[in-house]
Amino acid sequence: MKIGYFPGCSLHATAREFDESLKAVAGKLEVELDEVHDWACCGASSAHATNHLLSVSLPARTLALAAEQGLEQVLAPCAACYSRLAVARHSLSEDGALRQRVAKVLERPLDTLVPVVSILSWLKALAPEIERKRTVPLGELKVACYYGCLLVRPPEIAQGDDPEMPTSMEAIVQAAGAKSVSWRMGLECCGGGFSVARPPSVVRLGRAILGDAKAAGAQALVVGCPMCHSNLDFRQRAMAQRGEPDIDIPIIFLTELVGLALGISVRELGLHRHFVNPRAVLDLALTPKSLPEKREQV
Amino acid sequence: MSQRTHELVRLVQLDRGDRVLGSEAIWLCLGCETCTSRCPNGFDPAALIDALRELTLRDKPHEIPRRIGAFHAAFIDQIRSHGRVFEFGLIASFKLRSGALFDDVASVPGMLRRGKLALTPRHITGIDDVRRIFAVCESAEEDQ
Repeated sequence: MKIGYFPGCSLHATAREFDESLKAVAGKLEVELDEVHDWACCGASSAHATNHLLSVSLPARTLALAAEQGLEQVLAPCAACYSRLAVARHSLSEDGALRQRVAKVLERPLDTLVPVVSILSWLKALAPEIERKRTVPLGELKVACYYGCLLVRPPEIAQGDDPEMPTSMEAIVQAAGAKSVSWRMGLECCGGGFSVARPPSVVRLGRAILGDAKAAGAQALVVGCPMCHSNLDFRQRAMAQRGEPDIDIPIIFLTELVGLALGISVRELGLHRHFVNPRAVLDLALTPKSLPEKREQV
Repeated sequence: MSQRTHELVRLVQLDRGDRVLGSEAIWLCLGCETCTSRCPNGFDPAALIDALRELTLRDKPHEIPRRIGAFHAAFIDQIRSHGRVFEFGLIASFKLRSGALFDDVASVPGMLRRGKLALTPRHITGIDDVRRIFAVCESAEEDQ
């Protein structure tokens, strides 16, 4: 099986473990990733807030390149990229005048709009395969599935999931053999785009989310968004209230969790790159026998 | 937020641009799309707020909160310069524009040690294509 691949900017920098773990998982599941040649940024946090035409044209360029390359679908693992690409595609398919206008801006045809696939729908479709190929039991690991904003909202891009009560991430966690807890804040916003401009807001939102996950008994949070990951992992130390211990809950990309179940090493999955060290939780969760690289330094 | 989402929508219906275009509230929206997903009338407040930001940028740019405006300007500039966002360049440019020189400086070694910061930007091959798209979109903006 082959699928187009749009990594996006974050997966080449702060979220490189998302890229590494995705590629490792794709290899195990015999999926060939065909990167869109010379892709540009989707415009993410800022194009839609400053210039509507630009916010459609940047993702539309990627869709046009994917069509030129003969790709039948494009996987955009980053939740923000997925949102921008899928929303642009939806607008272009609904609004013929906009489509003509953007095709003129791009100087490229937009006759074919290549479908965009989120990390959730990609892995959910592969769930039976994951279940069949998993070698490492994760039965002791309890995680909170954190969807955040952009994977299932607005409803037009939710790809069959319920925007108010999505279940695809839980299905993937189950296929990987881990348990998901029932909690309240899986769809709340972590402050994503404000990580740089307003860190105190992000810390406040993150503290509430992680507090709820811990209260529900989660040992780790599973995410599909580089912004959520960076906010909740990198800024976690700042979330501890004065005089209290660190929150200390690892934030794990969905692909890292699936990779662990498939027997891929901690290092190959990039789990050593996190700020909140997942080692203790993984040691607890994984049976000693199932962890060949147990002594490895993270 | 000084004005809630439904208040912004109502003010626009009443044509009170004076109340919404200089408002901090439109810049505090995180674009989480919850309101758009839940609106019983099928309205899209998130898109409305984006449009209000675009109008503010055109007509009252000095009324944008400094740090948020600096972030967006730095972000857009990265794409225009390289075709992609280089986070190190984004942060540096944000600091210069916002004056927040010392935010997060202490975290740079940790980021580097984890291989999470690329220090040198590389242009995509089609950078001229991207810059041309920027020029067209930005001049279309001025014509409106």
